[in-house]
Amino acid sequence: MGELGTGAPAMKLELLSQPRLLSAARALVSTFAQRLGFDEILCGQITLAVDEALCNIINHGYGRREDQPIWMSIWAVERDEATANGQEAGLRIVLEDNARQVDPSTIRSRNLEDVRPGGLGVYIMREIMDEVLFEKREGQGMRLTLVKRFDSTRPHETEGAEASEGGGRR
Amino acid sequence: MNKPEHIDVQVEVVGASIVFRPLGEIDLGRAPSLRMQLKEAQAKKSERLIVDLVNVPYMDSSGVATLIEAMQTARKTGARLVLCGLQDKVRSIFEIAKLNMVFTIVPGLEDAHGA
Repeated sequence: MGELGTGAPAMKLELLSQPRLLSAARALVSTFAQRLGFDEILCGQITLAVDEALCNIINHGYGRREDQPIWMSIWAVERDEATANGQEAGLRIVLEDNARQVDPSTIRSRNLEDVRPGGLGVYIMREIMDEVLFEKREGQGMRLTLVKRFDSTRPHETEGAEASEGGGRR
Repeated sequence: MNKPEHIDVQVEVVGASIVFRPLGEIDLGRAPSLRMQLKEAQAKKSERLIVDLVNVPYMDSSGVATLIEAMQTARKTGARLVLCGLQDKVRSIFEIAKLNMVFTIVPGLEDAHGA
């Protein structure tokens, strides 16, 4: 199988780093996932993962500055299309920013037994999505790739109580 | 666009309980408003704070963090914090974060009064 989503994205959106725009971004992702064929539970979880990623950029990447850009690109491959093209079917969402760069290897886990406010964002992303990849962009900013495949079993996996935290993004 | 978002909350006193009922989605933009109103409710020092989420269709980890903080405050003062009325999407985040075993979560308001 080829990599999910190659070529130009089906959609590319630029939004400012404003918390009040999160609801619009959630609606877009949810609708996109629903039309692609993910069930209601998965649509909700994918939307949550993207929301958490955007929150991290706004909170930790930009330090709550509200005038900074975030780019969201979405690649979608339907089941029929995947069969025809030898690709995996599902959704790939890439979030890019101009925020300060952090070493992706420092984005680590915290123990969920340490119950305290905050620090759940990356853990939630990793629980829901099949791939969560942090990278430095060339020049400045970070890139986060989130992939959800149709043949995934991740949403029903509950083992592994490690939450990611570190590098200023959590 | 820098003004913090407000979330409407209904608050009522029922016997020894305060019922705290947010109305709408709880995310990064609205969590500070929720936090402030929860603090005001907890300052009234009831035996039990019931957070009724029946009108909350969505919550992210910002909302969860606010509720964890409220739970910690309740424990310090010897009060109980009970969650009820969780819709599926809201329940999902508690399950993913394995917090469904940390909070006292009951199905409805009637159950919450006895929890």
